[in-house]
Amino acid sequence: MTIKLGVPSKGRLMDDTFAWFAARGITLSRAGSEREYAGQVDGIEGVSLVLLSAGEIPRELAAGRIHLGVTGTDLVHEKLPLWKAQVTPVAELGFGHADLIMAVPAAWIDVDTLDDLDAAAAAFRAHHGMRLRIATKYHRLVREFLQDAGVADYALVDSQGATEGTVANETAEAIADITSSGATLEANHLKILADGLMLASQATLWSSHTAHVEGADQAVMDDLLRRFG
Amino acid sequence: MADARLRAIALRDSFVAAGAQIVEPPILQPAETLLDLYGEDIRGRAYITSDALRGEQLLRPDFTVPVVQMHMAHGADPARYTYAGEVFRRQEHDPDRASEYMQVGYEVFDRTDPAAADAEVFALVSGSLAHLDVRAATGDIGILMAAVAGLDTSDARKAALLRHVWRPRRFRALLDRFSGRAPVPETRAALLAKSVAITAPMIGKRSLSEINARVTALRDDAAVAPISAREIDAIEALLAVNDTVPNTLKKLRALARDLPAISSAVDRLEARSTAMAARGVEVDTLGFEAGYGRTSMEYYDGFVFGFYAVEHPDLPAVSSGGRYDALTRRLGDGAEIPAVGAVLRPGIIVELEGAP
Repeated sequence: MTIKLGVPSKGRLMDDTFAWFAARGITLSRAGSEREYAGQVDGIEGVSLVLLSAGEIPRELAAGRIHLGVTGTDLVHEKLPLWKAQVTPVAELGFGHADLIMAVPAAWIDVDTLDDLDAAAAAFRAHHGMRLRIATKYHRLVREFLQDAGVADYALVDSQGATEGTVANETAEAIADITSSGATLEANHLKILADGLMLASQATLWSSHTAHVEGADQAVMDDLLRRFG
Repeated sequence: MADARLRAIALRDSFVAAGAQIVEPPILQPAETLLDLYGEDIRGRAYITSDALRGEQLLRPDFTVPVVQMHMAHGADPARYTYAGEVFRRQEHDPDRASEYMQVGYEVFDRTDPAAADAEVFALVSGSLAHLDVRAATGDIGILMAAVAGLDTSDARKAALLRHVWRPRRFRALLDRFSGRAPVPETRAALLAKSVAITAPMIGKRSLSEINARVTALRDDAAVAPISAREIDAIEALLAVNDTVPNTLKKLRALARDLPAISSAVDRLEARSTAMAARGVEVDTLGFEAGYGRTSMEYYDGFVFGFYAVEHPDLPAVSSGGRYDALTRRLGDGAEIPAVGAVLRPGIIVELEGAP
């Protein structure tokens, strides 16, 4: 057996993760060609690399199929309602920063807070006979955030990409999405609500509570946690 | 589950003996009605499935809504219904809570004497649980609603407060704002102080006229005098009431001096407790909490009650119920009828019976 480490399988997130581990004496790399999703680990014995989509890593951690995994706080909180009982954050990696925020058209001069959004939603529903639609892919986080804030008369509509464009396309009136610089929001004539920050996310190394660590693996795990702790 | 099912059928039979007719709403419910009623909250609580022909369907999260729909469509007047079957609830926070369990219910649609109907439902449930060590909690959302409706302030403010009666935190925040206790947010102050130009392009379905209408509404609201400290204190005192029914009546009568609008709601509470006493309920020791039932699904708008296992405070309510006149209005397409009902959880009853 080996300690299984799940890492995002492509892009900037993968490169930054590889760099973070390299700085701690562990070289991660793709085996073979650029297209092959098999990984290689050098610099430590008893660890195997599993390349996965960042969105699948929370589920794999919760199921105990990987011992350690790198993914964003946002994805863990959205996909694992009881994440505190399933995973432990081992280290924040200092990249992949993104905030989950609520944004509305910049032209809405009367809406700057959740309180305003709630009042606007009530008026919108009375006027249009439909709930004010908020486009997002973070359904659970957004619903709980709005429930907690006491916002009513809205409906979440699913948007798995190009969420900032949904308002101009009239498939939603507001959005809840991840932003890092705010530039895309601005380009799409949207503004963030003053109290609309739901979660400050960054790439994080998590350990699974359910993955079995047996025999010699325990020493490997201890060594890893010592290096990262 | 087998024991719970047998117990459910036995309870349902006892409600038939009390005069109810058996109804069996389908497990698959069209999502539209429930989504329209409860919005996103229902998605966090119910299982949603779909097919290409019928669209989104919910696994029955409760019986009350389909029973009301059925009654409003072709029910006799008056009518009493009972049912037994599974309900399905998503549990995203507590893995120990059941996501599928039996419910038995009793619903009364009767315009002749609402106080007597309230007492009838409560006494029937209380009698069904008489052999268990349970504690009853009662409340009345109608008293708070009457208090809000009678406040000396604008209709817009009353409507905003009434809309959030079931969301205590938002209700509190609105009270603080309308009474001048909470500071006006900076952006709001700027918007009120001068005309703010819209520099960004108009996008989306919410139009310029809607934005202007709300700006006007905000300016109108800024001109409204704060709700008086006397009225706010009376609302706070009302929400703090947690006493026996007789003491509650005394306190509410005293509060009615500052909130005269609650008088008829307090009369209804008194009539109900008289009717409950006539059915053998010990109202002298029965508890009343003015804030009870405010965080449940927002269809109860009068009498609310629940029964809880004294020795097992971690268990969900053994039974809960209340009055939902407004729901019949919402689903009645113009018609309405006073309605009150309750559900019991036979699974928990069986568990308590088996507990040492």
